[in-house]
Amino acid sequence: MEKTVFIKDTDGGTKDRTREFYTEFINQLRERKLEDKIQVVRVADVGVYNQGVVMRLLPDNFLYGQLEMANIPALIDESVVPGKRIDHLTCHHISKQMKIVLRNCGVIDPEDIEDYIAHDGYQALAKVLTEYTPEKVIEEMKASGLRGRGGAGYPTWLKWKFTREVKSDEKYVICNGDEGDPGAYMDRSVLEGDPHTVIEGMVIAAYVVGATQGYFYIRAEYPLAVDRIQKAIAQAYDYGLLGKNILGSSFSLDVDVRLGAGAFVCGEETALLASVEGKRGYPHPRPPYPAVKGLWNHPTVINNVETLANISSIMLKGGKWFSGIGTETSKGTKVFAVTGKVKNSGLVEVPMGTTLREIVFDIGGGVLNDKKIKAVQTGGPSGGVIPEDFHNIPVGYENLQKLGSIMGSGGMIVMDETDCMVDIAKFYLRFCVDESCGKCAPCRIGGTQLLNILEKISEGTAHLDDLKKMRKISFAMQKASLCGLGQTASNPVLSTMSFFEEEYKTHVVDKKCPSRRCSRLFSYSIIQEKCVKCGACYRNCPVNAISGSRESGYKISENACIRCNRCFEVCKFNAIDRG
Amino acid sequence: METSVVPDIANVVEKWKDKKGNLIMILHEIQNQYGYVPREISFQLSKLLDVPLARIYEVLTFYNYFKLKPPGKYTVSVCMGTACYLKGAPELLEELHHILGIKEGETTKDGMFQLEIVRCLGCCGLAPVVKIGNKIYGGLKRSDIVNLLSQYSKEGAPVAQPV
Ligand SMILES: Cc1cc2nc3c(=O)[nH]c(=O)nc-3n(C[C@H](O)[C@H](O)[C@H](O)COP(=O)(O)O)c2cc1C
Ligand code: SF4
Ligand code: SF4
Ligand code: FES
Repeated sequence: MEKTVFIKDTDGGTKDRTREFYTEFINQLRERKLEDKIQVVRVADVGVYNQGVVMRLLPDNFLYGQLEMANIPALIDESVVPGKRIDHLTCHHISKQMKIVLRNCGVIDPEDIEDYIAHDGYQALAKVLTEYTPEKVIEEMKASGLRGRGGAGYPTWLKWKFTREVKSDEKYVICNGDEGDPGAYMDRSVLEGDPHTVIEGMVIAAYVVGATQGYFYIRAEYPLAVDRIQKAIAQAYDYGLLGKNILGSSFSLDVDVRLGAGAFVCGEETALLASVEGKRGYPHPRPPYPAVKGLWNHPTVINNVETLANISSIMLKGGKWFSGIGTETSKGTKVFAVTGKVKNSGLVEVPMGTTLREIVFDIGGGVLNDKKIKAVQTGGPSGGVIPEDFHNIPVGYENLQKLGSIMGSGGMIVMDETDCMVDIAKFYLRFCVDESCGKCAPCRIGGTQLLNILEKISEGTAHLDDLKKMRKISFAMQKASLCGLGQTASNPVLSTMSFFEEEYKTHVVDKKCPSRRCSRLFSYSIIQEKCVKCGACYRNCPVNAISGSRESGYKISENACIRCNRCFEVCKFNAIDRG
Repeated sequence: METSVVPDIANVVEKWKDKKGNLIMILHEIQNQYGYVPREISFQLSKLLDVPLARIYEVLTFYNYFKLKPPGKYTVSVCMGTACYLKGAPELLEELHHILGIKEGETTKDGMFQLEIVRCLGCCGLAPVVKIGNKIYGGLKRSDIVNLLSQYSKEGAPVAQPV
């Protein structure tokens, strides 16, 4: 084979034209006796979406879009064979993604330090150690505008500067790899796919603040990430990139791994410190900030995995380059784990300022089963939902905050019309109630009270007063909780209440769940006019809640029904009503 | 048990003895070896490290990850991360309750299955996801659960195709 042609219909509509196009392409190749020279492959993903039938030619790497059958002869004779580009068919799709953090993921062998080095790895560290004073690094970082990717978005340079300025002969750096958001895996992918870049970022941070010991705090649920980081650390020691007198300089740093143990609150920095010290992960009030009194009361910098993964690129290309990407106050790129009701679920990295719509539709391919989008959730249990009307806003720290959500660590969940906002609020709140460490009353008691009210709403026993009560409790939790978990736990509740007030009222007043999620608020019955008495529902009901016969027809007993939805799924005649 | 246990943990303690904040890491190593943290071992540990037993239990009970009872033969972990939740994980869990007759954190009487809830296995694209042993099954429906479990409850190796 001399050339390969990839084909895919990227419109994702009801009619997939890939096969048609593929067959015709092969026929035309046969006519020209080229079938042994050119391989045609139907692929699941060509990296572009909504560009009609797309064809990629390798090794020339031409990309054509919006193709019609009539283009095939020209494609073969004028492009595939002579290796020339046909301009008017070229797909001018500019990838909306931009890879800084994920640049090496899936490209290099994460277990081979040589491969990382061959991709400019540890060049930034060498440059910093030989050419830059810590002050110069801080200056570059300031110019870059990089802000923490772990949630709060605090300027990284400032954190480093404060920690540097505290006098102490013992200082620490910690990489926060706890990744608590229950629907996100950005940090895990970076740790698994490019561990050295995180190590390199950590060494630079340690050099700047004057730390002599670094720790990776990684959740135990990520065994592969732990394994990769451990291997990478061992290799870095072998190459003189960790340990005494790194790269012949006077700077020394030891690095070790500490494991989390399944407590979400340990992602919060003060709780994390307690956990690294081998204790229960209880948060403590700030100030004192970790920069002043951190690990074993010594100044400590805590940075998120993705934050550290940005450092080497900034050092190599300069702060100015980095600040050229993104918006006024949010610089660089952000990695999101786009999941839920989206066609192409996965990790994306986009420049800050990309809109939610671009992320969900242009990159994510749109909503699964072409349903209507209802909202996008960002920020996990500390975030909020953003309804469709606001999907044109450019992604950035402030913009998301204004909408009652947060950037968070990068979870992005697409919800469609079948998702109930009360149920979503309940899901996130239950998570926080389960994970509350119980140290302070506003979070422990307030959370449980809120959850009780939400349960009542979804069971149809709440009153309108309860909605007011929920707002009150939420504000109290925000104001009075000790740590970020309790302070933000009510965000999903407040945000769903403010954008979907009607939906809450429908639950409370009409005792109905428009999305058919809250199982106490609807029941199943058979629409006799539509029923053809086929008996499919009767045979499939797992608890025999359907009685009758093919002669007399069927009936569902509301008391026996467990609302499993099986009858609704199996009925081919839309004769099951969920009212 | 006493004699076989002591040398093992002696090694672990030796390795971590001089490191600060070592308790959680030691407990991880013990759980890796035994599948849980046996009470007798906590006793030993208390002596070897010279820390009160209460301090060890304080840590063990705070962190969900540590188990105080031996696990079942197969751990069935239902992902309740956001993506899986939205795509029907609660129904899968309900079905598992129904079939196995146990709640999360419990083990079936025959010691075959232990039910757990986990949060995001990092393969949200396959949601909803269930992990049995270390195999991951994605895109499941409630009606798939019976078949899936029966592959495991029969003697011998599982035959279901993991994704
Ligand atoms: C409840 C809670 C959970 C958190 N979980 C994480 C986490 O999993 N990963 C993370 O990097 N930061 C997490 N954070 C934020 C950290 O406290 C801290 O701000 C961050 O690690 C600082 O790093 P950065 O400046 O690089 O973002 C969490 C905060 C709170 C309040
Ligand atoms: S806010 Fe919640 S998690 Fe944070 S300290 Fe208080 S009880 Fe613990
Ligand atoms: S499956 Fe539908 S058509 Fe068949 S008996 Fe049940 S309700 Fe009637
Ligand atoms: S939410 Fe289940 S795998 Fe991510």
